[in-house]
Amino acid sequence: MTQEVRFITKNFGKYDPMSIDSYLSIGGFEALKRAVEMDGEDIASVIADAKVKGRGGAAYDMGRKWSQARAVKGDHKLNICNADEGEPCTFKDRELIKNDPFNLIEGMIIGGYTVKAQDGYIYMREEYRHLRPLLLNAIKQCEERGFLGHNILGKGFDYHIHLYSGAGAYVCGEGTALIRSIEGKAGRPRMKPPFIKVSGAFALPTCVNNVESFSIVPHLLMDDEHEYTSYGSGESIGTKLVSVAGNVRNPGVFEVPFGTPVRDIIYDLAKGINGGYGLRLIQFGGASGKITDKRILDVPYTYDDLKAAGVTVGSGAILVIDERTSVLDFLRMTQDFFSHESCGQCTPCREGNRHAKIILKKIADGVATEDDIKTLKKIGSIMTLASLCGLGETAQCATLSAMEIFPETFAVGGAK
Amino acid sequence: MEQELIHLKINNIPVTAKKGTKIIEAAKSIGIDIPHLCYHPDQRVKARCRLCSVQVTGKRKLLASCSTEVWEGMEVFTDTQIVRDTQVGILQLIMADHDGDCLTCSKNGHCELQSLCTRFNILKSNLPDVSMHREAVNTNPSLVRNPSKCIKCGRCIRACKDVQGIEALTFANRSDKIIVTTPYNLSMEKTDCTLCGQCSLVCPTGAIVEKDDTQAVLDALQDPEKHVIVQTAPSIRVSIGDAFGLKPGEIKTGQMVTALKMMGFNKVFDTNFGADLTIMEEGAELMDRLKNGGVLPMFTSCSPGWINFIEKHYPELLPHLSSAKSPMSMFGAIAKTYYAKATGIPLDRIFTVSIMPCTAKKFEAARPEMGRDGHQDVDVVLTTRELTKLIKYVGLNFNNLPESEFDSPLGTGSGAGAIFGASGGVMEAALRTVYEKMTGHEAQPLDFTDVRGLADTKEATIDIGGTPIKVAVVNTLLSARKMMERVKSGECDYTFIEVMACPGGCIGGGGQPIGTTNAVRRERIKAIYEIDKDLPIRKSHENPDIIKLYKDFLGEPLGEKAHQLLHTHYHRVHKLYEFD
Repeated sequence: MTQEVRFITKNFGKYDPMSIDSYLSIGGFEALKRAVEMDGEDIASVIADAKVKGRGGAAYDMGRKWSQARAVKGDHKLNICNADEGEPCTFKDRELIKNDPFNLIEGMIIGGYTVKAQDGYIYMREEYRHLRPLLLNAIKQCEERGFLGHNILGKGFDYHIHLYSGAGAYVCGEGTALIRSIEGKAGRPRMKPPFIKVSGAFALPTCVNNVESFSIVPHLLMDDEHEYTSYGSGESIGTKLVSVAGNVRNPGVFEVPFGTPVRDIIYDLAKGINGGYGLRLIQFGGASGKITDKRILDVPYTYDDLKAAGVTVGSGAILVIDERTSVLDFLRMTQDFFSHESCGQCTPCREGNRHAKIILKKIADGVATEDDIKTLKKIGSIMTLASLCGLGETAQCATLSAMEIFPETFAVGGAK
Repeated sequence: MEQELIHLKINNIPVTAKKGTKIIEAAKSIGIDIPHLCYHPDQRVKARCRLCSVQVTGKRKLLASCSTEVWEGMEVFTDTQIVRDTQVGILQLIMADHDGDCLTCSKNGHCELQSLCTRFNILKSNLPDVSMHREAVNTNPSLVRNPSKCIKCGRCIRACKDVQGIEALTFANRSDKIIVTTPYNLSMEKTDCTLCGQCSLVCPTGAIVEKDDTQAVLDALQDPEKHVIVQTAPSIRVSIGDAFGLKPGEIKTGQMVTALKMMGFNKVFDTNFGADLTIMEEGAELMDRLKNGGVLPMFTSCSPGWINFIEKHYPELLPHLSSAKSPMSMFGAIAKTYYAKATGIPLDRIFTVSIMPCTAKKFEAARPEMGRDGHQDVDVVLTTRELTKLIKYVGLNFNNLPESEFDSPLGTGSGAGAIFGASGGVMEAALRTVYEKMTGHEAQPLDFTDVRGLADTKEATIDIGGTPIKVAVVNTLLSARKMMERVKSGECDYTFIEVMACPGGCIGGGGQPIGTTNAVRRERIKAIYEIDKDLPIRKSHENPDIIKLYKDFLGEPLGEKAHQLLHTHYHRVHKLYEFD
């Protein structure tokens, strides 16, 4: 029976998230004290050596990101915590904020110190507005105790955190759209370059990290026993928070070591499919992720193994769908989501989603032709290859992967 | 500083380009036209149509060639199967959302989307029609919007915001509901819009076009009762050639006049005459303000986009504005008074047409103050683009027409009148006359080159008989706004400021042929000064027809008759969403 591990989540339930004293009593801000005695480059190295990958979905080498951000010249620099967590079936960041807000803030301060940022923004999705008081309180208490503000810990560095709420657009989880939203503009992605690290929010050098990414850092700096690196292997080191939902008995967020078989996550931790129904499909990494079937169950949950099996870790979401939902119905639901959330700027995404939706309906109505299926595939290819941002690039992931795994769905004549 | 050179290959052809060059520009340098719609050489990169996507070795995705800078060792492929499939696929996606009634579209033949479909031999879209088929918005005399033809490229928004600083157009909504619209979805004239038409100049399709008035002119020309006279603005002669495939900046005055005569206009006159008249009045007004302590700096008042701008945005500065009408409107007033009287043709038979580089001129002509006794001074304004249509309608082989001269008596213009077509021209023309009137001798040299060119703000100080006069010339409304802020703050000591709404002045106007880019504007500016240089008379007050007009009819500049016919007043225009 697979058990959860407690590394990133080790503070959960151990202190009162409304009280900085409570956080200090369990060793809060010890990591920050350690960090400010270190050179920023060495902090980035600790993260790089532990092979921590960004937890937002793109899995970019986090130590490298901080090192690069640190090297960018600028009198005023920013870091941003991406708490937009808009991927459907992803709710790990919510748990981190809810249970351990001070650790997140500590991670951000260390990040600010490392990349030499004076200001940090938490961009939190509108749907998490109930968590605003918690974060505002934590920021305020940190300011009162001198962990935020001027001359932090007497080390001559200044850092402030600002909390910003989005307005509900999925695309605002994309870095450039998020930044435009913070600037008060319509949250639509822009082309890169300029890259965010050079010209981000308010045209200042900016380093964006996910909630989970920041939350790992304090624990990693205090990890004298090298617990984190004892988990996993290869490029997939440490632990990962997965959000498991759908037709499972025990949906929730679980911290698992990399390498845990998918089956154990779904059947041990999430307690398997409810009602005794058969498994139809599993989607990894949120609505923008690919889908597969039971062939994935014995694959270890690592970046490389999932990739070899045709899916990705992405946001850490695992959505389990039982046999009561057809593949086609699932794809249409996913398509509706993207048709709604596309920002509409670039042609492939704006128009591609519109036509993909029409063709999926034709399949459902049993009137699709072979040409329609070809067109659907072509639209998927155009969107993947030529969209402006990651939303358009991944919007057809589910459908394109379904064409491989569930070809019968696309058999002309409207089979399921 | 020497710019770093980058070596790359495009379709295996070695290319050297300056660092910072975009793939699309590097490809152009070796004769490859990568298809594009949102890309425009004078605009910031948008990278939203994605049509210019190309393959780059080592990259998982295709890269937009309009936004991707070249790098050392880059290998670009613009014509692989995957690139073609993607580009054609994107075109088909656009077509499915485009009201493709090309045969009755005013941009037929000048539409970039149409020519791309021709290029890729798209005979039929493989996608269902998802266009919203909305009605055209036709609420003002200048511009018509066709939302169903919009491909959401954003060029109009950039022109309005980045060139003019207006932001009368914006995106609204998201996904397939995204539209280009105005604030609060008001019709354009009710917004901050000045009807300058720069949006219509950059629109790749027929989504924003000039209001077409060609039929009214065709009808008038066929009406035996009508005596139809036409005036042509200074800039038309250097821009009309473009529309007939000639290289930018060719001077086609003679062919233009012939074409108009062959079309059946009873008289073909020159707005340059009106421009000289403007100098007489505006110059006199400036001298009067200088002498009698009037409001300074004085602003020019020829550009109707600028007039609309100051009425809406800086009404508190209206006392600075010269009361002189524009050359077009002065000409119109003279045509319907002096000319009518001289020829004995009844007023209701005279039909005046203006060929203008400008969409806002249509609005100017329709202003109630530009006429008297129920007659408008200018009956119809056609843009350069509409004139082109008329020439084609009548079936004239424009490039091979013989040259002919403007008619008399309103057809003589000086070099000073000619240069009204370029930013700085009104200033220069005024200085030539004012200098001489104030000092008693001709300015040496006669050319005030400091105020010429495409730069958005230019200034000069001229010593007029011991008095240094500081002048400024701005073009684009963004520069005008900056200048107005300086005037308001009292930090500038200019005496006279020329403002033109469009980049480069009228040669870059919103009614000019499609394809008017800054590179084209530069050629037209050269041509304008070429015309001036070659003219025997280069000062407005030496134009013999002008002298005769004052002697026979007007009396003195700023005199009672001149005041009545050639001057006007402008008023604050309230916007519907003003909050103050």
